[in-house]
Amino acid sequence: MAKVFAPQIATGNDLLEGDVVYFTAAGGWTRVLAEAATAGSREEADALLARASKFPNEVVGVYLTDMALDAEGRPVPVHFREEFRLKGPSNRPEHARAAATQA
Amino acid sequence: MYQYTDFDQAFVRERVAEFRDQVERRIEGTLSEDEFKPLRLMNGLYLQLHAYMLRIAVPYGTLSSRQMRQFAYIADTWDRGYGHFTTRQNLQFNWPKLKDVPDMLDALADVQMHAIQTSGNCIRNVTADHFAGAAADEIEDPRVTAELLRQWSTDHPEFTWLGRKFKIAVTGAENDRAVVKAHDIGLRIVRNEAGEPGYEVLVGGGLGRTPMIGKVIRDFLPKAHLLPYLEAILQTYNLDGRRDNKYKARIKILVHETGIEEIRARVEAKFAENLAVFPGVNPDVLARIEAGFAAPAFEPVSDVVPAVSAGLRSWIDTNVTAHRLPHYAIVTISLKGIGETPGDATSAQMRVMADLAEEFAHDELRISHEQNVILPHVPRRHLAAIYARLKDAGLATANVGLISDIIACPGMDYCALATARSIPIAQDIATAFADLDRQRDIGPLKIKISGCINACGHHHVGHIGILGLDRAGVENYQITLGGDGTETAAIGERAGPGFSADEVVPAIERLVEAYLDERQDTEETFLEVFRRVGMAPFKAALYPAQEARSNAA
Repeated sequence: MAKVFAPQIATGNDLLEGDVVYFTAAGGWTRVLAEAATAGSREEADALLARASKFPNEVVGVYLTDMALDAEGRPVPVHFREEFRLKGPSNRPEHARAAATQA
Repeated sequence: MYQYTDFDQAFVRERVAEFRDQVERRIEGTLSEDEFKPLRLMNGLYLQLHAYMLRIAVPYGTLSSRQMRQFAYIADTWDRGYGHFTTRQNLQFNWPKLKDVPDMLDALADVQMHAIQTSGNCIRNVTADHFAGAAADEIEDPRVTAELLRQWSTDHPEFTWLGRKFKIAVTGAENDRAVVKAHDIGLRIVRNEAGEPGYEVLVGGGLGRTPMIGKVIRDFLPKAHLLPYLEAILQTYNLDGRRDNKYKARIKILVHETGIEEIRARVEAKFAENLAVFPGVNPDVLARIEAGFAAPAFEPVSDVVPAVSAGLRSWIDTNVTAHRLPHYAIVTISLKGIGETPGDATSAQMRVMADLAEEFAHDELRISHEQNVILPHVPRRHLAAIYARLKDAGLATANVGLISDIIACPGMDYCALATARSIPIAQDIATAFADLDRQRDIGPLKIKISGCINACGHHHVGHIGILGLDRAGVENYQITLGGDGTETAAIGERAGPGFSADEVVPAIERLVEAYLDERQDTEETFLEVFRRVGMAPFKAALYPAQEARSNAA
């Protein structure tokens, strides 16, 4: 049986700040995961990665990662690594990323 | 303390200027990430999970109060007010911005520090016994050797592009506090039958995915032959080490696959060639280095006021070690406050430690591979004052060497390579065993936690080692038992299937109960019990359901 394709987003780190950033449908970058563009098929994901990779002097280490979709169709992490990238270090709540970026 | 020469000072300044230019070109876009990455790594700059991370070298773990204060200044000015001391005696800042890093490096150069040799496939920052120069069991101060190796290895043209990173550790004492047997090269200062000091040279040790205990390649190397001999080892590794597979590229694999006898023969042949053309270390240079590590001007013997408070007494029992002078002591400041992040210190705490070193302890501090800070030369008459000030700063936890003095790598809370978190596991264990009386009853017990197979948390040499892995998208922790990082080094043995994060603390509780049941008296340590009775009772404690099934069968 063919593997069901999990929705994917493109993410990387901001060159200047190092922050976790997500690629948007409008072709820019955001710190808010809910604003990330999601790809629903292999072809869409390949196209998303190709578009997201055109910013070599703004964002580094761009890659695709699996997401789940919430009731409103917004991406939410399926793997704990992306959960930590989204939230910040769990040992220092004072350095957690702003709640706004997690909406 | 060792002071930079004009050459050293000019060298680090030039490196900062060069890196400043590279950062500017990267920001302008004239350097690509592929071009920039090896350059930033040569200057200690990583890109981690949430941010850049700057790893600063604390050569052989020694620093002055001025240098420690500069860390605090850097933390407040360009980072988030704290730093993380690592298992390689380094300091990491977790939140620098790319454009600020050259300024941070300039601020380091102001106090004779840098971030060179903290990354990349070069000879890394040489580590040493954190009690160097102070320990009662020392033959010679290992830092003279470590500094000589730093000068020899920094930007060594032949060894700048090795197959993989290369780590050297030195100890000058009987008790190995520098984990020399888990390094690519370990050096032990020993005496020959004539009483002359020299080195026992070990090669091919290491942790990571293929843990190995180093093998003795030379029983006794005269001190004067150190550089041509190490050069011969590096040349052999550089030529014969594997470059086809990153995971088999360390010298430990070469030694393991080739055999120590054959490696010894190759090294000795190259050594003979090197020695024939080696003019010897310039005696002026050597004398200058030795003078840099001369003992401080110790004060005369004085009366010591006996410790009156129970808190002070128990802190002295656990955190204070005998100095080579009876009226002095070595103080270990625990960076393992119960529930805190192992190895982290705030800028305010850094300033307190700097002040104490300056006021009471000949202006010297050390970083240990166990992620604590040491005041190596403390007149005993000052212990009470130091304890009081540490207590005010939240730095007086009396747990050194006990179950809550846990080594933990940054793990997935920070590290891009991690497969699971380490810090919260350490915090949970320390909190579960918070009662210091109970900790003292359990006695010496080293727990070491790594958040991935690279083993920065030294889990293989923990009496209890914990390795965090990603098992089908869930954090899972493997437990190893019986590891030892000292002169009686051993790689821990895997106990069995891993545990979920929630199951780790109960598992540790069961291991401790099993130990307390098995020990013959309160003097017998966890490691001694493990060596005497083996894995079986601990395995039974870890996996009771399995045990019950096999008993029923």
